[in-house]
Amino acid sequence: MLLIHCPYCEETLPELEFAYAGEAHIARPADPSALSDEEWRDFLFIRTNARGPHFERWRHIHGCAQFFNAVRDTVSDRFLMTYKAGAPRPDLSPKEDAE
Amino acid sequence: MTHFSAMSLLKNALTGHKGWREQWPDSQPKQEYDVVIVGAGGHGLGAAYYLAKEHGITNVAVIDKGWLGGGNTGRNTTIIRSNYLYDESARLFDHALDLWDNLSQELNYNVMYSKRGVMMLAHNVPDVQSFQRHIHANRLNGVDNRWLSKEEAKAFCPPLNISPDARYPVMGAALQMRAGTARHDAVAWGYARAAAARGVDIIQNCPVTAIRRGPDGAVIGVDTAKGFIRAKKVAVSAAGHTSVVMDSAGVRMPLESYPLQALVSEPVKPIFPCVVMSNTVHAYISQSDKGELVIGSGTDQYTSYSQRGGLPLIEHTVAAICEVFPIFTRMRMLRKWGGIVDVTPDRSAILGKTPVKGLYVNCGWGTGGFKATPGAAHTLAWTVAKDEPHPINAPFTLERFTTGRLIDEAAAAAVAH
Amino acid sequence: MSRYRIAGRGRVDHGAPISFTFDGKTYPGLRGDTVASALLANGVHLMGRSFKYHRPRGAVTAGSEEPNALIGTSRGPGRFEPNTRATVQELRKGLVTESQNKWPRLSFDIGAINDRAYMLFSAGFYYKTFMWPKSFWDKVYEPFIRSAAGLGKSPTEADPDRYAARYLHTDLLIVGGGAAGIAAALVAAKSGARVVLVDENPELGGALLSDPGVTVEGQPAWAWLDASLAELRAHGVRLMTRTTAIGYYHQNFVGLCERLTDHLDTPPANAPRERMWRVRADQVVLAQGALEKPLVFDGNDRPGVMLAGAAQTYLNRYGVRVGDNPAVLTSHDSAWYAAFDLADAGSRIAAIIDTRSEIRADLLDAARQRGIRVLQGHTATGTKGRLRIASVRVNPLRGGTVGAGREIACDALLMSGGWTPSLHLFSHTKGSLAWDADSNTFLPDRKTEACQIAGAGRGLWGYAPVLADGVAAGLAAVAALSRSAGARQFAVANDRPGSGVSHTELPTDRSPGKAKAFVDFQNDVTAKDLRLAVREGMRSIEHVKRYTTNGMATDQGKMSNINGLMIAADALAKAPPQVGLTTFRPPYTPTSFGAFAGYLRGQTFQLTRKTPIDPWAEAQGAVFEPVAQWRRAWYFPKPGEDMHAAVARECLATRASVGIFDASTLGKIEVAGPDAVEFMNRMYTNPWTKLAPGRCRYGLLLGEDGFIRDDGVIGRLANDLFHVTTTTGGAARVLNMMEDYLQTEWPDLNVWLTSTTEQWATVALNGPNALAVLKPLVEGLDWDDFPHMSVAECTVAGLPARLFRLSFTGEVGFEVNVPARHGLALWTALMDAGKPHDICPYGTETMHVLRAEKGYIIVGQDTDGTVTPQDAGLDWAIGKAKPDFVGKRSLSRPDIVAGGRKQLVGLLTEDGSRLEEGAQIVLDPNQPLPMKMVGHVTSSYDSASLGHPIAMAVIEGGHDRMGEVVHVPMPDGVKRARITSTVFYDPSGDRLKA
Repeated sequence: MLLIHCPYCEETLPELEFAYAGEAHIARPADPSALSDEEWRDFLFIRTNARGPHFERWRHIHGCAQFFNAVRDTVSDRFLMTYKAGAPRPDLSPKEDAE
Repeated sequence: MTHFSAMSLLKNALTGHKGWREQWPDSQPKQEYDVVIVGAGGHGLGAAYYLAKEHGITNVAVIDKGWLGGGNTGRNTTIIRSNYLYDESARLFDHALDLWDNLSQELNYNVMYSKRGVMMLAHNVPDVQSFQRHIHANRLNGVDNRWLSKEEAKAFCPPLNISPDARYPVMGAALQMRAGTARHDAVAWGYARAAAARGVDIIQNCPVTAIRRGPDGAVIGVDTAKGFIRAKKVAVSAAGHTSVVMDSAGVRMPLESYPLQALVSEPVKPIFPCVVMSNTVHAYISQSDKGELVIGSGTDQYTSYSQRGGLPLIEHTVAAICEVFPIFTRMRMLRKWGGIVDVTPDRSAILGKTPVKGLYVNCGWGTGGFKATPGAAHTLAWTVAKDEPHPINAPFTLERFTTGRLIDEAAAAAVAH
Repeated sequence: MSRYRIAGRGRVDHGAPISFTFDGKTYPGLRGDTVASALLANGVHLMGRSFKYHRPRGAVTAGSEEPNALIGTSRGPGRFEPNTRATVQELRKGLVTESQNKWPRLSFDIGAINDRAYMLFSAGFYYKTFMWPKSFWDKVYEPFIRSAAGLGKSPTEADPDRYAARYLHTDLLIVGGGAAGIAAALVAAKSGARVVLVDENPELGGALLSDPGVTVEGQPAWAWLDASLAELRAHGVRLMTRTTAIGYYHQNFVGLCERLTDHLDTPPANAPRERMWRVRADQVVLAQGALEKPLVFDGNDRPGVMLAGAAQTYLNRYGVRVGDNPAVLTSHDSAWYAAFDLADAGSRIAAIIDTRSEIRADLLDAARQRGIRVLQGHTATGTKGRLRIASVRVNPLRGGTVGAGREIACDALLMSGGWTPSLHLFSHTKGSLAWDADSNTFLPDRKTEACQIAGAGRGLWGYAPVLADGVAAGLAAVAALSRSAGARQFAVANDRPGSGVSHTELPTDRSPGKAKAFVDFQNDVTAKDLRLAVREGMRSIEHVKRYTTNGMATDQGKMSNINGLMIAADALAKAPPQVGLTTFRPPYTPTSFGAFAGYLRGQTFQLTRKTPIDPWAEAQGAVFEPVAQWRRAWYFPKPGEDMHAAVARECLATRASVGIFDASTLGKIEVAGPDAVEFMNRMYTNPWTKLAPGRCRYGLLLGEDGFIRDDGVIGRLANDLFHVTTTTGGAARVLNMMEDYLQTEWPDLNVWLTSTTEQWATVALNGPNALAVLKPLVEGLDWDDFPHMSVAECTVAGLPARLFRLSFTGEVGFEVNVPARHGLALWTALMDAGKPHDICPYGTETMHVLRAEKGYIIVGQDTDGTVTPQDAGLDWAIGKAKPDFVGKRSLSRPDIVAGGRKQLVGLLTEDGSRLEEGAQIVLDPNQPLPMKMVGHVTSSYDSASLGHPIAMAVIEGGHDRMGEVVHVPMPDGVKRARITSTVFYDPSGDRLKA
């Protein structure tokens, strides 16, 4: 059973309190009617299914009920970070040292 | 290929079993193949076999990152049935059933296809309505499936609890008598041996790192841990790893990979004569020829490649078994394990051509791919050989997710595979 | 007392005799015995039969890794369990046990004929035969194979015992209460950390319990143990025995199974039999010790052949000598100490046979002092004895050749092939293993969890290094907890250091092809089976395992994995790590299903949701049906009525006068806030802007894929407040979906969502007299402004209420919502008020009939997740002017707008018979199979009001086929049915206006 940090409650809690909610950062298009069938398919169905760090959504359903985002390594199932919904997609690339 | 039979067994027994040869060679890759199949599970090995046997294409390699049959082929609970609702599914799985029926003889390898019957339990009125709909549709599709009262269900499977006091009392069941189980490893080994005998190379422990495309966009081969292998056609049959492999060819897939757990009990004398599935309480159970109760779980809620899975789901799975079969609480769990299943939005497979010339895919079987093995392999071989859909796999396109013509068995019936 | 039991010796209570039965015969034993130790004390070695060859077998171990001595145990009705390890099961008064896998009896087993034909039953033989003739498979071969399955017999009765579960949070969990674990605990206890120490045995101490001669800190081992455990208790360390760590999951989540009653003479009433502990620990120390490996040689499975360490345990813990003149066969120093202990206890050691030519001088001296014959550089090449070993054949090894054999008489043979660290839990974490070529074992390498591995579990040997390593692990764990503790050193005297060498099969002068040298005892896998698998092309250990079943027995390879790997690697001429190690899977030892299920049994398998009116319905003798997690009154039969009669009566009574229905299970969501109407416009297909407060409307919810997900009547109580109802099963899904969009797509909308399903009890009144029943009870309502599809807050029977005027029956109808605690009072008040009108309570079945007569759909019955609003004839519910709503875009996908979709219609059979729900519809009934099906019956009922059956169906292009005849092929003939409107009753809707 995973341990998950809720960025709203600021607590690390067992998976039983949470519900997985699919890949993160797939925004619903502002005007779906303007999309081609292929673009709409991509929104509906195409997923990264990353092997490694995966940006995903969870809901603290038996807690504060908030949706939030997480980065989890799907190979080890280890959470790299969690952050609030609406926050930008974090940059996971290694930071270069300042000169 | 040494022919397997009671006679050859007896002959070898008398000579200390010294005469047996390897069932398939451990091949090293050649520079070029007509067809490279990524993934040496039952589906991939089967496709290679049918390419060689039915289409005369023998310059074929099946490449796997691990050992053959080591993925979902060797990790599933081996339920075989074809009583699906939609015409498309029923045809595909019934085609597989026809092939299963003769597979041991076809491959000269006993895959122990056991037609012990698969019984699906109805626990509420919507279950009954759904099963009746299946039974009627199956009848008109020529697929066997019939309704049992709860008393008939109990007679067919004596450990079943049909007490009205159960939390989810059994209201009846749908029974497909022609359905059952098979020995999963033997399917992979049997196809491997038969394909190798016809010239197919089986290359194990050789991860495919990318699919390479030429300037015209068509497939030209695969990059692997053992170097680049040129190929005129590439078929990806890599279950949970399919989307990663397809990504390298620039094809994004409507797939997500989830952990699926299964478990066995300690072996006991025959007590459980059939396969029972209950989608309402999530209990899937049969007894192996070794005597172990073989029990399937549902998928964990999150995507994962860890092949690990958590404890709570297993607790619920075992609880569901004890709910339906209360005599088993004192049985003991011997081993549990995990697999990675690739799931499409409509929980039906994608089987056939892709937008890339020379690239074919067989994926998205979710929790139910084993039963399709011969059917999927057989029709995929056709499609690869002829570069056109087989009448049976034609509906299982990638395009259906654009047009909306989904084959959503689960939505139609709340029936897991 | 038997001559094998040594008075006063061991940790058993010599003053507490207990008798038990084995295969119907009563034997004496002592409190503290296991079944195996007690049988051995009675000179009984034969305890079971193997799986394939039915070979006679005795206990080969003294612990949970036992592959042979499996028995059935029972304690009265419903309390039988198979495959219990005799080496683990403690004696209790009245314990009844039986041997397994034999017929007619253990000492004479017909099944042993397989052993004679063993050459036929080679690895994987079943893949090569039973294929001809094909017709024999189903009828002859397969039944034969299946009848041979299994070891013990399954329980056949329901289990009266309870099982429990608890959570435990701790700073440090130490798995394994041997020397290393105790040392780690002693250090960590002083840091102030919360420490839990668990062990699968009835008492802590591990190998020290079998080595009383060792001295730690100047005290004999057992005295040191007592003092150390007292110290741990004083520091508040939680010590758990009979508790097996079964699985190590993500983020230091460890499952423990505690066995609470199987050892008790009389368990306390209602005490749980086992308890599953779900432990979350900040740090874990794995101190699981090591398992002794058997040696692989012809006849290594005869009763009386056992691990040397096991014999030492039987002697020192249980006071039992396993034989009068045992021989010892070893490649490791440890077995020498077992020989010495047994010799000192009065057994005559037939010989110590060591495969090594060089032996430590102190061991040779000690053997010489005891007069024990030592055969260095010898191998064993066979054993004799039918149901118990009588002799072992030994041969000298000289320069790689095997010399002439001779037989040494013995009544037991104690073997040791060295020790392999117990890495099971570490392996569960996907921690990687590294091959240690010196010790020929895998050792823990890269960790994935916050854990330490200590002691023999990482390849150390001897108490001094193991204790020091336990201290180091304890300190490391304490440091990782950001705490501190002082180091400790434990002086050890009379230590028993050791080392050894590993073998594949022992060298032999006989044909290896004829040898029955067992690797997996239970599954009868021999060395030559493994070599055959390799010869047949099985190159990975996973293939070898699956082809031969090596390691798949109930000990899960604890006895066989490493020996199997060494032999397979040898056959492949590869280093063992290149061949791989099969993954260890949870549970560590077989664990009862009951322990996993815990409280999730019977009525607590899943909670049953009940409405406030449920007790009334139960008292009336209602029949219930499960709907999602709820139970709902299905119908209310009067004496002598079946379901059909009851439903017909309920329907007629409602249409004739008034019916009352408990609708409390309907989902309810309050949508509140300034942007509530905008939110509703985006979520639901319908337009909401113009819906006035005080009015309600049927709402339709789609998924983003355009298919119907849910529906319900939605009331607007104020400009900024909607009372949404959902289907019973859909409530949680709908709220989750709403929250998802609100929180993540439209966080700019100022809206609050609240589930109020359980806050309101909902009672529906329907029928021409509904108004007459209700009106006198209502206060605070302007009836002149309360037409059909209205909502208002008022009081009903003096209770605060949200009153809806709506209908799911086609009659004048109301739904009264009151706070849930008043639900029963409301129901009773309405029943009283309805008496003059013969008010009739009805259940869900009548509700279904009444709605079907009016063509109202049930989401999930008439729709199935592939139905669009157009398909269901609900175009009118779509706000055409709205730019967007959830699912709108999908409705213009090519295959959604294409013709030929299945559309919802009514069906009436020409012969007036009722159609079966789910029946399939065809246009040409004479076509061959497979038929082209154009749709199916979604709902079908006998309508008492109409006097004939009615049905709804989805049919391809159905809306354009009104009046056409379609065919429903049934097993007993084809039915003809005409396509109609879905509204069968009162199509003009006059009754609503009454």
